[in-house]
Amino acid sequence: MTTLLILIVVVLLAVALWQLTKIFDLTQVGGNVNDTQVANDNDNKVNGYLMFGFLGFIYLTTIYCLLNYSHFPLMSDSASEHGPEVDRLMMISMVLIFFVQTVTQALLHYFAFKYRGKQGQKALYFADNNKLEFIWSIIPAIVLAGLILYGLYAWTNIMFVDEEDADDAIVIELYAQQFKWEARYAGADNVLGKANVRYIEGANNLGVDLSDPNAQDDFSSSELHIPKGTRVIFKMRSQDVLHSAYMPHFRAQMNCVPGMVTEFSFVPTLTTAEMRDKPAMIEKVSNINAIRAKKSEKLVAEGQSALDPYTFDYLLLCNKICGASHYNMQMKIVVDTPEEYKIWLKENSAKTIVQAVKTAAAEAKASDSPATTKDSTSSNSKDTTVVAQAEMK
Amino acid sequence: MSAEVHNHDHGHDEHEHHHKDTFITKYIFSIDHKMISKQYLITGIIMGVIGVGMSMLFRMQLAWPEESFKIFSFFLGERMAPGGVMNNETYLALVTIHGTIMVFFVLTAGLSGTFSNLLIPLQIGARDMASGFLNMVSYWLFFLSSVVMVISLFVESGPASAGWTIYPPLSALPQSMSGSGAGMTLWLVSMAIFIASSLLGSLNYIVTVINLRTKGMSMTRLPLTIWAFFITAIIGVISFPVLLSAALMLIMDRSFGTSFFLSDIYIAGEVLHYQGGSPVLFEHLFWFLGHPEVYIVLLPALGITSEVIATNARKPIFGYRAMIMSIIAIAFLSTIVWGHHMFISGMNPFLGSVFTFTTLLIAIPSAVKAFNYITTLWKGNLQLNPAMLFSIGLVSTFITGGLTGIILGDSTLDINVHDTYFVVAHFHLVMGISALYGMFAGIYHWFPKMFGRMLNKNLGYVHFWVTAVCAYGVFFPMHFIGMAGLPRRYYTNTNFPLFDDLQNVNVIITVFALVGGAFQLAFLYNFFSSIFYGKRTVQNPWKSNTLEWTAPIEHIHGNWPGAIPEVHRWPYDYSKPGHEEDFVPQNVPMKPGEEVLHH
Repeated sequence: MTTLLILIVVVLLAVALWQLTKIFDLTQVGGNVNDTQVANDNDNKVNGYLMFGFLGFIYLTTIYCLLNYSHFPLMSDSASEHGPEVDRLMMISMVLIFFVQTVTQALLHYFAFKYRGKQGQKALYFADNNKLEFIWSIIPAIVLAGLILYGLYAWTNIMFVDEEDADDAIVIELYAQQFKWEARYAGADNVLGKANVRYIEGANNLGVDLSDPNAQDDFSSSELHIPKGTRVIFKMRSQDVLHSAYMPHFRAQMNCVPGMVTEFSFVPTLTTAEMRDKPAMIEKVSNINAIRAKKSEKLVAEGQSALDPYTFDYLLLCNKICGASHYNMQMKIVVDTPEEYKIWLKENSAKTIVQAVKTAAAEAKASDSPATTKDSTSSNSKDTTVVAQAEMK
Repeated sequence: MSAEVHNHDHGHDEHEHHHKDTFITKYIFSIDHKMISKQYLITGIIMGVIGVGMSMLFRMQLAWPEESFKIFSFFLGERMAPGGVMNNETYLALVTIHGTIMVFFVLTAGLSGTFSNLLIPLQIGARDMASGFLNMVSYWLFFLSSVVMVISLFVESGPASAGWTIYPPLSALPQSMSGSGAGMTLWLVSMAIFIASSLLGSLNYIVTVINLRTKGMSMTRLPLTIWAFFITAIIGVISFPVLLSAALMLIMDRSFGTSFFLSDIYIAGEVLHYQGGSPVLFEHLFWFLGHPEVYIVLLPALGITSEVIATNARKPIFGYRAMIMSIIAIAFLSTIVWGHHMFISGMNPFLGSVFTFTTLLIAIPSAVKAFNYITTLWKGNLQLNPAMLFSIGLVSTFITGGLTGIILGDSTLDINVHDTYFVVAHFHLVMGISALYGMFAGIYHWFPKMFGRMLNKNLGYVHFWVTAVCAYGVFFPMHFIGMAGLPRRYYTNTNFPLFDDLQNVNVIITVFALVGGAFQLAFLYNFFSSIFYGKRTVQNPWKSNTLEWTAPIEHIHGNWPGAIPEVHRWPYDYSKPGHEEDFVPQNVPMKPGEEVLHH
């Protein structure tokens, strides 16, 4: 069946091609017969008009995209303090680009139409003009200087955190591995304990140095909770390959590089609940749910289970190719009110990593009969040798 | 001039062993630049079919991620697409090899290799390249690297899949993905051979342009094609060796346990011994080639466009010197902007500021070029041949794609669109489609010179218009899904309900892509049938000024049967007042009292 369909498509394409060529052939009728395969007046006319038409096509594509897709771009409703600044710069650049695009494409295609060749006509010998060259060097230079200055100002504000701000900030580690994220909170002392992949062993899957006093109150979570209105400094680590922590709604992204700690910080300004209540977001979500409902109908008809309806959540996505399941490496981000955050901390901060490691060790000891799984003992011994090796270094 | 005497002798030598040509020396191990250029072109086209074909397959996957297609298993085999379902690893392998093939094998070797080889000797008035032998070696190394790359598609663990940028540790550790096994080894070997080929070619181009210009062909009388090829070759010589060193270091890391790019890695349940290296170093080395590579791809296309637009507008190219200056400025800047690929790589943010500054500067010479092309059209007598359409199309996509560079080059804005489809749309328009258009323009324009026959123009028109519409249809909407935050290199977005509303855009894009891809068959048919059955050409079909059209249609060793023509004027005397014809070839002496009317 598929083969037949493909055959039909191929045949139709061939017919379409033949017909289209025919159109160009037909335009030759009446013109002087010549088959030199060099454009004649007729070709110039037809293609000149098509050039003009193509300008229309570009404009229509633009308008179509703006009408139908303009709600896609993340250019409003940013959920971080620096977000509006990024969006404003994006807006300015976009407007500028659309303006230049509209004008230059018009000139290009209009000239291609207007000055289509005719036999016996001669072109204007116009080889250079320094004044013109100067104008179209200096105008982009001035405009770009403005954009560069604005951009650098914003960049510096985003990337370099003042020391005072840093002192009040919460420090959270984002830990990446194929193919999941984990967050490590610094605990009451707000200082992350030292860590290195060489400490990874059993329950200590983030490689925390358990002997470091700063590490004693560190705890980890597979869901990222951050409080509204407080600066969060993210320290990114990766245990295997490059990953990129991409949080589009916060206009935030930074690569996670094995062997080094990278950093990005922002101040969340909208809680998850507030974001869900934004009119634009309500519309987006209902739109998505309509799509999902339609898909579900089809699935149910095929005897499969329906899709869950979608509710908005902030996401942390991996945005650097990291292997087979790169397409599904995500973590939910929840922006809490300060109060909610405090409650969440209280609930979770007790389950420290140190505690988890101790519990795991105790459990292992409790079930330490010689018959119990060989695998766990062998992997344990492997882990110990690894740590021993690390210590030797 | 001694140069001329030398050339003349050389020509004689060629003539003397002309009779000893066998099939092998003429068609296979040829040292004639015209034959080598055809070899490059046809190898490039074959690689192009593979590269574009792959993109059709993964576009289908993106549009209909839940469907299975028989043609997946037909083209990819049951191993890579069991039961017609493209799995995630196959998808990554396809995008990786698509990128590699298109950037290096089609748009670097296929484009530069073809037209530098064909045009440098013919347009500067030389009998052949400075070293015909090196030129032959260069082609055969390219061929070998293509073969290795194609073989890598068939290895058990799959071809390289870490993206065409092959960032370690993903590319360095076979544990991290199956494509980083034997497939990656072959990829690296193939690229190392490719770089050797590219270097031999580039050195040859540089030496030839500097030493073998005919009498009267000063640097400021060179056609802009030659300027573009010349500067491209220089950038290649500067930047390709850096990629070679990166590839060698990566091979060392992979196979000999060094730690250039690796440190502190825990994977598949064990800690690896690597210590002290940094993947960021690899990114620096890669992009030190990778960014100039964009211009290695683009500048020859712009050079071809300059020539084609001037010839078909029957007008001098506007601002010849400004064009040369902007080529040089772009080339220089291209070597100091690589960091804009790494704003969020973890390098010091201060460096980000520096690279934002240098990157946005590139917009100035680019703007100069765009405006000069537009002004060249103004008050011209445009002969809208297929080559001319592709050249105008190039200027159009160069503008559309180039403008979004202002966003991506700005570190602040890059934070949120980095590695999204916005980037994909940007670089496909500005270097992919533009360079492809340049290549098509070159093929339509110089086909008569290469094969002595004409391409069918009506097929050419259909080819251009469908391609032009589809290129916009594919890449214009793509900006929007990128700005919505959709990351590249996801084989499906179904795990993110957040992106569900982008799915119908993906379908539209794929439909345009499939139609555009299918209509390339019109070109392939036109190309291969016209080689044998095309209408025979006259010597100078486009009434062009440059020297290649003074050589006979029939290809001979040494290009010109008699003495090499002497050059008396620049190549852009189109529609010059005081001349009957609307073109005055470079070898026509100045009339008594005729003035030079350009700067």
